[in-house]
Amino acid sequence: MDFTFTEDQLLFQASTREFLTGEVTPARIRAGWESPDGRDPALWQQLAELGLTGITVAEEFGGLGMNELDFVLLAQECGYVALPEPLVNTALVSVPLLQQLGGELAASWLPRVATGEARVLAGIEQNLLVEDAHVADLLLLQHGDAWYALAPEQVELRRNESVDPSRRLYAVAIKPGAEPVASGQQAAALTLAALDRGALGCAAQALGLAQRMVDMAVSYSSDRQQFGKPIGSFQAVKHLMANVAVRLEYARAPVHRAACSVANAEAVASRAVSHAKLMACEAANLAAKHSIQVHGAMGYTWEVDLHIFMKKAWALANTWGDTAFHKGRIADYIFNDGAELGAGTTFR
Amino acid sequence: MDLAYTAKQQAFREEIRQWLAAHVPAQPLQSFDTAEGFAQHRQWEAVLNEGRWGMVTWPEEFGGRGCDLIDWLIFEEEYYRARAPLRVNQNGIFLLGPTLMEYGTDEQKARILPKMACGEEVWAQGWSEPNAGSDMAAIRARADLKGDRYIINGQKIWSTRAVWADWLFGMFRTDPESSRHHGLTFILVPLSTPGITVRPIPQLDGRPGFAEVFFDDVEVAVENRLGDEGAGWQVAMATAGFERGLMLRSPARFQETARRLVELYRANRTAADGDPGVKDAVMRAWLDAESYCLATYQTACRLGKGGKIGAESSTNKIFWSELDQTMHATAMNILGARAELLPHAPDAAGVGGWLDGWLFSQSGPIYAGTNEIQRNIIAERMLGMPR
Ligand SMILES: Cc1cc2nc3c(=O)[nH]c(=O)nc-3n(C[C@H](O)[C@H](O)[C@H](O)COP(=O)(O)OP(=O)(O)OC[C@H]3O[C@@H](n4cnc5c(N)ncnc54)[C@H](O)[C@@H]3O)c2cc1C
Repeated sequence: MDFTFTEDQLLFQASTREFLTGEVTPARIRAGWESPDGRDPALWQQLAELGLTGITVAEEFGGLGMNELDFVLLAQECGYVALPEPLVNTALVSVPLLQQLGGELAASWLPRVATGEARVLAGIEQNLLVEDAHVADLLLLQHGDAWYALAPEQVELRRNESVDPSRRLYAVAIKPGAEPVASGQQAAALTLAALDRGALGCAAQALGLAQRMVDMAVSYSSDRQQFGKPIGSFQAVKHLMANVAVRLEYARAPVHRAACSVANAEAVASRAVSHAKLMACEAANLAAKHSIQVHGAMGYTWEVDLHIFMKKAWALANTWGDTAFHKGRIADYIFNDGAELGAGTTFR
Repeated sequence: MDLAYTAKQQAFREEIRQWLAAHVPAQPLQSFDTAEGFAQHRQWEAVLNEGRWGMVTWPEEFGGRGCDLIDWLIFEEEYYRARAPLRVNQNGIFLLGPTLMEYGTDEQKARILPKMACGEEVWAQGWSEPNAGSDMAAIRARADLKGDRYIINGQKIWSTRAVWADWLFGMFRTDPESSRHHGLTFILVPLSTPGITVRPIPQLDGRPGFAEVFFDDVEVAVENRLGDEGAGWQVAMATAGFERGLMLRSPARFQETARRLVELYRANRTAADGDPGVKDAVMRAWLDAESYCLATYQTACRLGKGGKIGAESSTNKIFWSELDQTMHATAMNILGARAELLPHAPDAAGVGGWLDGWLFSQSGPIYAGTNEIQRNIIAERMLGMPR
């Protein structure tokens, strides 16, 4: 029983944080809102040079060969800066999908994902829309009981604007003639795995987003003065933030456990993911609610950066499985015969 | 990260399970807030100690097994699963014990810990005073050093189990010129000393679970001082750390409550679903109890590798006390019209221990430092908000 990260994992987190907070500033995110496709190829190339686009790509294909557990702390950092680039979905969803599909598809695309030359993105029907489909060189798409690997010319995209201007969402229609790369049971297994990994990515990012909003609100509350004092000295303000800190503190371990479960393909992985996502997204939504309150009218403006993080948190809460889906999975387990509940069952 | 128990940990779990199966009393003991119940619980501590299960984390020389925190969590899991009796000496074993190991002299450890471990000496905590509740630094009870004895005068209040306890660990003002958290000293007092009057205070359930303790020229030998004179606040903060930290409320307790809540809901599902909020509340209870367990394991592993527990331990106290209250509130809603009935009422079938638990859950956000005080600590010391 060792529920800690290794030195290396923590160092990787620290260096990633340093890079991301330096590069992915709110100003750069806002610049992305103005650009036609909303994406930043220079930044993607930088991420690739750090090994991040290929972090989960096997070493034989030029990646770092790391797993979900190695990546989870980095995904938190992506959340902390509200990284608009699809790094989390690439590392946690697309690359594992390619690896599971294997063969020529994996051999030809994975090396180019690792170098940053190509972007491979994935979508499942449960998500309604596909994130970043417009910049995908290859689109892995679940449709009905089959998966397709599609070139840009094989699909038609219809953009849907999100409350979060960083998110680029597309309805994808497959043009006639495409052949599935997986179907039946294999496809269903791929879908489930993609959903779990996408949800894990949301949960980890939600932790980072929540932390960022707490940091912003705490800092604002120390500067802003009313009644001759910093507003952060008022107990009502303090307790709002303390309440977030409590929920956030208890959302972390479930996310780390879920990452470990997924990495080890444990039988409980899906349940651990649902648990993690519910806890983390709830913490992030609470952080959003209390942080805007602490900012007063400033928090309700477009100009103050808080909404960059708030809106992403809201969006993540209901993508890669909405709350109904994840609560449903938990309820299906605990309210049925055969559930192992109570003391001593957590790590079984 | 490796979230599997080692073979050694599994064997340890098995050993505890078997021992508990053979020794846990078949009939639940009376409440330890009654004279008979207190005696029964004291006896149970002796049984536990004979099996060397009293305090598994203590060093072997004091009757423990030198276990790490993971073993302790495993022990607690088995303990709660087995529905073993509550620990009548928890103020001693979980709070004073660890403080003694850190601050006590060898003589004090040898004299006090073994008797604590076997339940021969049950401990009460004497910090609060009528005018020093949340503001503990306002303590006024005095201890004046005369030769080799302290002469204690003043009053303590809310002292849990002081009615039948043998000793009290308290904080007293030894420097009359001092104020706030300076000039306080941590002193261990035999409750049988002449000049002490213990007046029981009935709690919400009508039983005398805590007491007022009056001190009138009470003489205590100086060797019963824990830590240096005037250093009482630092010593007490270490104890408070254990109280809020890992030891006082292990996750197993709340996981078992959550499990029973799921069972209660399933047994009453048709009626319970009339309130659409109930199912969600039950599910959240399970999620939170599991989260508490996961976070505790994570902290225990971190501490095992030399990490320190800081102000974030204040989040712990808020989390479990509010969880406990919410779980019991949900159970009351499921029980509906039966919820108010005392367990022995003729038509109280199926109410079990929920009412007792509901009453006790009301105190969780108050004792061990109120949740408002914890929120202040979190905001100021963990988040760095201005004072
Ligand atoms: C079941 C139980 C067992 C106990 N056992 C013991 C024991 O064994 N030994 C012992 O010494 N004590 C014990 N206590 C006492 C306990 O530590 C105190 O009750 C607690 O510290 C609060 O003090 P108080 O009751 O005087 O409340 P007060 O301090 O008067 O507080 C009343 C209310 O005001 C709020 N408040 C006070 N100050 C602030 C502030 N600065 N900011 C925001 N809100 C504030 C509190 O949060 C609370 O809601 C026990 C209490 C209970 C309920």
